[in-house]
Amino acid sequence: MIWGRLRAIWLRVWGWIKPFWTTVWRPSLHFSMGFLTLGGFIAGIIFWGGFNTAMEATNTEAFCTSCHEMNDNVFAELKTTIHYNNRSGVRAVCSDCHVPHNWTDKMGRKMQASKEVWGKIFGSIESREKFLDKRLELAKHEWARLKANDSLECRNCHQYDSMDLTRQSPRAGQIHQQYLGTGQKTCIDCHKGIAHHLPNMKGIPQG
Amino acid sequence: MRGLLLRALLPLIAAASLAACGSKHEETPRKAPDAPVVITAAGQIDGLRRGVPIDKEASPLPMARVENFDRIRPVNYEMQPPTIPHAIDNYQLTVNTNRCMLCHTRSAAKKFQAPPVSDAHYLTRDGKVLEQISSRRYFCVQCHVVQTDAEPLVGNRYEGLNTTLAKEEKQ
Repeated sequence: MIWGRLRAIWLRVWGWIKPFWTTVWRPSLHFSMGFLTLGGFIAGIIFWGGFNTAMEATNTEAFCTSCHEMNDNVFAELKTTIHYNNRSGVRAVCSDCHVPHNWTDKMGRKMQASKEVWGKIFGSIESREKFLDKRLELAKHEWARLKANDSLECRNCHQYDSMDLTRQSPRAGQIHQQYLGTGQKTCIDCHKGIAHHLPNMKGIPQG
Repeated sequence: MRGLLLRALLPLIAAASLAACGSKHEETPRKAPDAPVVITAAGQIDGLRRGVPIDKEASPLPMARVENFDRIRPVNYEMQPPTIPHAIDNYQLTVNTNRCMLCHTRSAAKKFQAPPVSDAHYLTRDGKVLEQISSRRYFCVQCHVVQTDAEPLVGNRYEGLNTTLAKEEKQ
């Protein structure tokens, strides 16, 4: 009974697909081999470039802060920190810390980010109150991610091998050597809230 | 010969150690700034414009920097809240989190080689001992503050308790 129905559905769908399938499957009558291979190659470059350009566009600060959720909450907080405003003028934008630089990891993160589009559409953090209620959960995701990849996004700029501990304040130098140098701890273990305000940290280790 | 040298040096060594001891417990009184401080008719100290008329361009002193050398500063009187000898830029001290207590809590102080907050900070008003820091002591910077390298606006001859005591002992 059920198989009969499924078969009927498949035959119908095949009826739609069949003309395209036969066209694609047959050798070309009008276009030369060179046109098809070179054309395919060039089209590939254009599509790939377009894809990456679009990906890059979603990595810009302007894109991230185009939503009021980001602009009014986390971006406003970032502005007071050293990652936005400092003596040398080097600035970290959202994606520098929140999107992996490595391609495959980046694609994984971008797919995860579709959940954020969902959140935007259904307004899961549309008001300040909703955002504050959800902040701990969101922060925990980021801490877990940075903990799992050994603070990779921090280390894209801050490398332990290049840190001159003698130019840090004595306590910073000593603690970096003792915990970061030995690999006991990773950046995020102590530097939670480095760029944003913290949620209620009761029961969450910070150092 | 050697004994003689030692005897000659002894008062010097004693004086040096005494001075070192003194500096451990006292801040030396700071000198008054070079630029004259204008005291207005109302008795207010004009530290910012320094008497430059309002229609003239004033050249203010350079901005002071927070001292960040991590050595415990001496206190000037009994029960003085110790000053903070390091920068606390962007330390979050909110209802949600207290960055200071990351290192200065009793359990973590040894690990970070930080002075733990005193036992009095764990007492309620009624003298009950708490496990966590008392909420009336929670906002550290109400009493403990950083120090900058700014010159004092006016000189003062204040001497701390220990200096006074040392002087009395000498006499």
